[in-house]
Amino acid sequence: MSNSLPKKIARHGIFYAGLIGIWSLLAALKIWPPYVFPTPWGVWESLAAGFADHSFWIAIAVSMKRMLLGYGLSVVLGMILGLGVASNKFLEETMGGLLVSLQSLPSICWLPLAVLWFGLTEKAILFVVVMGSLLSVTIAMEDGRKQMPKIYKMAGRNLGAKGLQLFWYVLLPASLPFILSGLKQGWAFAWRSLISGEMIFISLGLGQLLMMGRDLNDMSQVIAVMLLIIGIGYIVDGLVFKALEYRLQQKWGLAVS
Amino acid sequence: MTPKTSIQARVSPVRSLETVTRRSTGAAAGLRPEVVRLHHSKPEVPKISLHGVTLSYKTNDGKRLIALDNIDLKVRAGEFLCIVGPSGCGKSTLIHLIAGLHFPTSGQMMIDSNPITEPGTDRILIFQELGLFPWLTVGENVEFGMKMKGIPKAERQEKVRYYLQLVHLAQFKDSYTHQLSGGMRQRVALARALATEPDVLLMDEPFAALDAQTRDLLHDELERIWAETGRTIIFITHNVREAIRLADRVALMTFRPGKVKREYAIDLPRPRQLEDISVARTVRDILDDLREEIDKSLKEQYGEEVHA
Ligand SMILES: Nc1ncnc2c1ncn2[C@@H]1O[C@H](COP(=O)(O)OP(=O)(O)OP(=O)(O)O)[C@@H](O)[C@H]1O
Ligand SMILES: [Mg+2]
Repeated sequence: MSNSLPKKIARHGIFYAGLIGIWSLLAALKIWPPYVFPTPWGVWESLAAGFADHSFWIAIAVSMKRMLLGYGLSVVLGMILGLGVASNKFLEETMGGLLVSLQSLPSICWLPLAVLWFGLTEKAILFVVVMGSLLSVTIAMEDGRKQMPKIYKMAGRNLGAKGLQLFWYVLLPASLPFILSGLKQGWAFAWRSLISGEMIFISLGLGQLLMMGRDLNDMSQVIAVMLLIIGIGYIVDGLVFKALEYRLQQKWGLAVS
Repeated sequence: MTPKTSIQARVSPVRSLETVTRRSTGAAAGLRPEVVRLHHSKPEVPKISLHGVTLSYKTNDGKRLIALDNIDLKVRAGEFLCIVGPSGCGKSTLIHLIAGLHFPTSGQMMIDSNPITEPGTDRILIFQELGLFPWLTVGENVEFGMKMKGIPKAERQEKVRYYLQLVHLAQFKDSYTHQLSGGMRQRVALARALATEPDVLLMDEPFAALDAQTRDLLHDELERIWAETGRTIIFITHNVREAIRLADRVALMTFRPGKVKREYAIDLPRPRQLEDISVARTVRDILDDLREEIDKSLKEQYGEEVHA
């Protein structure tokens, strides 16, 4: 298979056209009623209507704001925690194990606790988002600190960097290639936690739109919102993280996995 | 007054006899350096002094490997000291200690009669592995130490330009380090260390990856900088010729345990030409000594493999 861009686009085009074709065909056969199995055109109309009456825009804005806050918070906390764990033998042994075992807990399990602590509020959702991504960021940071060649820390100290300076100007950039995939994973976890959290109570975000579609028996809207959630995930991954990866590759001159 | 004696003070295997030599540069060239026995006259405070420095590493099989054994070394302010020795004898370990990056297992290390406990910008080390930062451009690498010292940006920029020119890399200021050749990277590391303007330059085989011509050029530059700024330089090399081209004094280290076996005061006028007969003779003498050590180290490593 050739890898030139036009051919790649053509292959994708054929694939998705086929998919939509089969979908239309199944819908046209009317095996199921439309509120169970909508047509592609119906979904498209829901999408257009959602954007036209601004409800989708508002939901996206609300959800993205929560993401930025929650994810940002967990990156900062995760870096501090990860660094602490990586640089302390006692913490590494005790907390390191705890972190790994906590990771098997789906983040939505934190919601009941969050609701009891914070009530049905913005804070409860943020808490779930933070808990969803904090662990993977922490573990990634810890790993990254250990994988990072020691020479950079020595060189930094040698040139007079200490404490916070050493962290900010040396340890952080030196470990970035090793923690990037963890940051990416953290984002994906945060995104999932957010949507699950938003589905539980009235919260204005994308998750709530999804539940609204269900309440209204509007399958077209449900699928439209699902497409939106996939689309946003794809865009952030493709634009933000790919760009970051590309920049790192350019600077370091190596392939970042 | 020709310096016929190539090896001025041949300190016998007894290490306790240390020598301090007065540098013979410029007008004083050709004069025999005065050799002062530390025991007999009141010495000036050495820039750096090591006393009984020992360092052992834990090996994977739980044993301890003595990398440095009871090292005594004094370096006079403004002195150019070269350390030569077979591979694995502990040269890098020693210079890391002086840089303050590790602690010795026992012994004392002083700079200007203050104990060395941590790295300081009064001593900048050029690592054998260079340790350039791949996330920074060449210019930003050179700037780094100055930035940590809090030097204003305008001044930093000026110095970056100056030192990059010095190592002939001015047009690579905005490149990333992986885009440079090995030799170019070594020159960036040199510029980075020089730009921080330390009292003491610690150099761990800094010119190993250079072609002979570039190396000659940088030898000249380094000697000039040293003469102009009065820095103290500790320079590690495998290359005895390089050591004699540059050093006031050469210390020869032995392999396992890592000790200073002998010190040679190099009493030759500067600038030195490697073709000079006196230089060649000095080189040969030290080479003979070194070869003995290399043989020993090879035998020991070979022997270890047989017993393993
Ligand atoms: N981190 C370490 N852990 C265990 N052993 C070490 C460590 N670093 C160095 N060594 C050992 O200490 C000895 C001295 O190493 P060092 O790097 O100082 O040698 P060197 O004289 O600089 O050699 P070269 O000329 O090849 O650079 C070697 O035998 C090496 O195996
Ligand atoms: Mg070495």
